[in-house]
Amino acid sequence: MKKLMLGNEAVARGAYEAGCTVASAYPGTPSTEITEAIAKQYDEIYSEWAPNEKVAMEVAIGASFGGARAICAMKHVGLNVAADPLFTVSYTGVNGGLVIMVADDPGMHSSQNEQDSRNYARASKVPMLEPSDSQECKEYVKKAFSISEQFDTPVIVRLSTRVAHSQSVVELNDKEDYKIKDYIKDAGKYVMMPAMARKRHVVVEKRMADLREYSDSSELNRVKMDSDDIGVITSGIAYQYVKEAMPNASVLKLGMVYPIPEKLIADFASKVKTLYVVEELEPFFEEQILKMGIKVIGKEKLPVIGELSSQIIAERLLGKAIIDASKQSVPVRPPVMCPGCPHRGMFYVLKKLKLNVSGDIGCYTLGALAPNESIDTCVCMGASIGVAHGMEKARGTEFGKKTVAILGDSTFIHSGITGLIDIVYNKGNSTVIILDNSITGMTGHQQNPTTGFTIKGEPTKQVDLELLCKAVGIDRVTVVDPFDIKEFEKVVKTETQIDEPSVIISQRPCALLKNVKYEGVQKINQDKCKRCRMCMKMGCPAIVDKGEHLEIDPALCVGCMLCTKVCGFGAIEKAGE
Amino acid sequence: MEKLNILIVGVGGQGTLLSSRILGNVALKLNFDVKVSEVHGMSQRGGSVVTYVKFGKKVYSPIIEKGEADVILAFEKLEALRCIDCLGKDGKMIINEQQIDPMPVIIGKAKYPENIIETLKENNKIYSLDALKIARECGNIKAVNIVLIGVLAKLTGINKDIFVEAIREVVPAKFLEVNLKAFEEGYNYHN
Repeated sequence: MKKLMLGNEAVARGAYEAGCTVASAYPGTPSTEITEAIAKQYDEIYSEWAPNEKVAMEVAIGASFGGARAICAMKHVGLNVAADPLFTVSYTGVNGGLVIMVADDPGMHSSQNEQDSRNYARASKVPMLEPSDSQECKEYVKKAFSISEQFDTPVIVRLSTRVAHSQSVVELNDKEDYKIKDYIKDAGKYVMMPAMARKRHVVVEKRMADLREYSDSSELNRVKMDSDDIGVITSGIAYQYVKEAMPNASVLKLGMVYPIPEKLIADFASKVKTLYVVEELEPFFEEQILKMGIKVIGKEKLPVIGELSSQIIAERLLGKAIIDASKQSVPVRPPVMCPGCPHRGMFYVLKKLKLNVSGDIGCYTLGALAPNESIDTCVCMGASIGVAHGMEKARGTEFGKKTVAILGDSTFIHSGITGLIDIVYNKGNSTVIILDNSITGMTGHQQNPTTGFTIKGEPTKQVDLELLCKAVGIDRVTVVDPFDIKEFEKVVKTETQIDEPSVIISQRPCALLKNVKYEGVQKINQDKCKRCRMCMKMGCPAIVDKGEHLEIDPALCVGCMLCTKVCGFGAIEKAGE
Repeated sequence: MEKLNILIVGVGGQGTLLSSRILGNVALKLNFDVKVSEVHGMSQRGGSVVTYVKFGKKVYSPIIEKGEADVILAFEKLEALRCIDCLGKDGKMIINEQQIDPMPVIIGKAKYPENIIETLKENNKIYSLDALKIARECGNIKAVNIVLIGVLAKLTGINKDIFVEAIREVVPAKFLEVNLKAFEEGYNYHN
């Protein structure tokens, strides 16, 4: 049977067909749908949202040690969080097959940096595969499980946004009958203390040698000879661009991107006059091939920044001119906080109070853009708290009193909590605002430990943020509705001035949640409106300036009534039918 | 028809992703190779959204680049203007006449261009309509996407029933009636 599937959905299907039974992840674009699809479609696989990627990987490692085939999924920056267990599970190896999915985001469609996860494969000495469409996503995941068991190693499968988030045709197969392996106590293999780890490092090096040999003969690495003039070595989505831009070139498509097949590459290189390496981001293949003494053309012509495309390849390698339509300048349209977004009220207050705001990763990062322009910093998940603490230590208490850290509920659980502990333990003074919108918003509404539901929507224990903060030593915890602007402002003023650390829980559900019902569309009564433009300060996309007057777009307004609260003339009212 | 490259542009939250799924489904029913590419995340609400639907005998790159689109489905006027250089030489563009001001315009840092549709009509084959109004009349303003798919269905000349079937498979049952009505309205709009 053939089906149109997202790359991520195909990964889920591959895990299912391989008989995988445990999946753990923390959501991160563009990897999120892998675990969502597993939870939704394959009851045979236990699935969960973990508090962060490190935990997700540890759970998958445990499941593998326990004898099951296990998978964990994350985005590239998530692999940074999970890097600690990764480097050691490379030493222990596996019992049941262990597959680590990582989705890179060249072009940074929704990421804070543009890193190339292939470097992690090399650094941790773990083999890595890279599919180029949905069918391969499914096949490579299955292959990864078998390589994992054959070579006693975790296997990383790398995706990129254009593979993870594009749909293509997948041929479905039946589920493999995988029997969970016995659990065998083996401290020499699984307890990585120095004496044992030293021995395992030797094993890892031997395994690398075996994998190099495997890579040379694996069907994952395919040569298609055509022209003798031009040969291209490529992988993943770049392969698709090459096929489109250079239909007559001979191609060595690498499905196994680490370790690379050196003999195969040398043989391929000897058969073509000009050899190109086409890879997105880092010169990862290029450097290794150059080291083999083979001349290739790669990054001297192609960019290390952003995504490739067939037109970039045609232009840079074949010298074809790109159609460059001179178009008029069109206003940009950056993403904005939704109408009804609870963060809008908070940013309104923070801006009004002219605070320094240490920000974090989530929808609310958009608060850095106009008109809010309220966020000063954003580094990585959970960083807001540590950064605020550091600023205070650098610049003193008075600066600290003009500073707040803001982060979402899910982000706080992910890696904010340790920062908060640091503040308490080291006698900091910071004010932390947790934006509790009852869901993980940015990645598209995933449950998390603060929502009270599992990935399957089953009710579970809910982290009590108030109690949690008190438990780590915060004595001042205040829960306040960000749409109650007066009260919110009062609380922020008080808490920033106090000589002790404090937490404000800004609590109001995401406007996109199905159970959130507002009052209905609002309109501006033009007779009462004084054109003072206070309502415009909210940065609500539904309020538009028509030149002569202001208007609320009924197609966008959800009726949160935040604008009615800032209007001093009572000019905003419920729109009639 | 040997291949069809459809570019869908709009504003996050307008239903562009669902449209690409329906069109992908149509391609599958026609036994084409097909790729649908979408970028989402980072609360794309309110931001520019671009998705690509490509069918043909064999599709490699999931992306439609400059001059490669056979049809552009624009959910908003400004987004139509933004992507016009992707339209191929004999390409057609379907535009929903809705205007959604982007934040730089709302806060007065940029100006929403005037006469977009007239400008685009000078050099391109444009089919424009007020799909929001039509969707509202059908009973749900969220059906804008299906109105536009209706227009597209007529232009492609692909059997209408295939579209209807694809819509039935993708749209949830409780919205189906409104959406099928919206599809008909779109289909019959440009004669």
